[in-house]
Amino acid sequence: MLLNASGCLDALVAPEVAAQLDGFVTKTITPLRREGNAPPRIAETAHGMLNAIGLANPGRERFLNDHLPRLRELELPLWISVGGFCADDYAETCAALTDVHAVELNLSCPNVDEAADSAGEIVAACRAATSLPLYAKLSAAHADLPQVARAVADAGADGLSLINTLRGLALDPHSHEPVLARGSGGLSGPSLKPIALHAVHACYTATRLPIVGMGGVASAQDVVDMLACGARHVALGTALFADPQLPQRVREELTGLDLDEVFARAHVVAEPRVFAA
Amino acid sequence: MQRRERLNVVGVDAVGPYALLRLARGRVDPGGPGQFFMLEAPGRVLPRALSLCLAPPGELHFLIDAVGPGTAALCSLERGDAIHVFGPLGNGFDLGVERPLLVGGGIGMAPLPYLAEALRFPPTILGFRSERHAEAASLMPGAEVVIDPVLVTDVLPNGFDILACGPEPMLRALPAGAQLAWEAPMACGYGACYGCAVEIGGELKRLCVEGPVLAA
Repeated sequence: MLLNASGCLDALVAPEVAAQLDGFVTKTITPLRREGNAPPRIAETAHGMLNAIGLANPGRERFLNDHLPRLRELELPLWISVGGFCADDYAETCAALTDVHAVELNLSCPNVDEAADSAGEIVAACRAATSLPLYAKLSAAHADLPQVARAVADAGADGLSLINTLRGLALDPHSHEPVLARGSGGLSGPSLKPIALHAVHACYTATRLPIVGMGGVASAQDVVDMLACGARHVALGTALFADPQLPQRVREELTGLDLDEVFARAHVVAEPRVFAA
Repeated sequence: MQRRERLNVVGVDAVGPYALLRLARGRVDPGGPGQFFMLEAPGRVLPRALSLCLAPPGELHFLIDAVGPGTAALCSLERGDAIHVFGPLGNGFDLGVERPLLVGGGIGMAPLPYLAEALRFPPTILGFRSERHAEAASLMPGAEVVIDPVLVTDVLPNGFDILACGPEPMLRALPAGAQLAWEAPMACGYGACYGCAVEIGGELKRLCVEGPVLAA
């Protein structure tokens, strides 16, 4: 299944791009409306980009009453990205959602202050609030990511989304001040791919949960690499910014490949001697 | 209708310190004055947002200031190269004005030659930081040119409908009712990245879908 990474597409503004995907993942929804961080909010780096958007979103009520009905008209499987600042924030949004394909719990936005509750506690609270499929979106910045993956699996997660952006910094070459108004931002793009492949593989080995793999995916080869490391689904992020026709191109390049056979390779590369977690 | 296509470079001309990138148009619609295109910057992860400067038959021209690695890569293109171009994007200028006055500051003059053609060459004021930068005024014969420390706002006549593009302090100094073309770092140009938000009237607006031309 080919998806967009959360925050990398507005299907209401660009439905023709969303229509090329097998499902649409929303920007993260928080209980209250957020304008996001002050501009500048993006900066290009040598092999990626930094963003500090800051979870700009209309808030839960407006999303449910206005955005979600319009998204349903697209007739695409909808993955709702849910965020918050404590476990109850996440659980209350989960409880309010019905008839969507899946919920992605954003446990790893680098551009807001993190929720005080642990990933396992948040997933457990959401598990109690909904029977919808729950995907925990984790950061590769955890010192022991497979341990976090096992914790959210034990708490009732149905799958994992890997990875989110990694915190980084870019300086203006003249002033030596941060380019982004917030200072740091989340790094995405081609730089992330090897980190993402390792994270997907390590978490697949640790949990065998279905995984949405993302991070630097820009071609059919990148999709194949993700599947071979254990991802069931693959999401496009930064590369969508540069090419809104990318999903269609990737799809054409994948034609004729046996993707199940590619995924089966994940079991082969799962040998610990090949990849240390 | 917007489309993304690989276009051939016809040439790159120096205009003072700036470069005028000339591309074969292909099947890409030039759109209206003030609309913009995302241009692939060779070797870079993200394309660059540039408003159309001129649209002679069969071509699209972009005026570029090489301020960073992406714009430098675009200025280094040569005849025979090709880059992907996506557009036209965003909302351009409203041409239904009675007494237009075009106001440009520095590289912000980029969309004005195309706008001047559409409005049959109305009065124009251009401001630059140096004599060398002011050489770009050759793209707009007849324009009144001021050079720093004189600012365009020092010589602004009353009673006109202002259509302007330039640095943010210049835009914020122009009177209410003016049509202003804003600029912000932009990753996608089609509403996906939320990177180009600019605070206007106390609200953050995505310039690519709500602008780049907004009322003052």
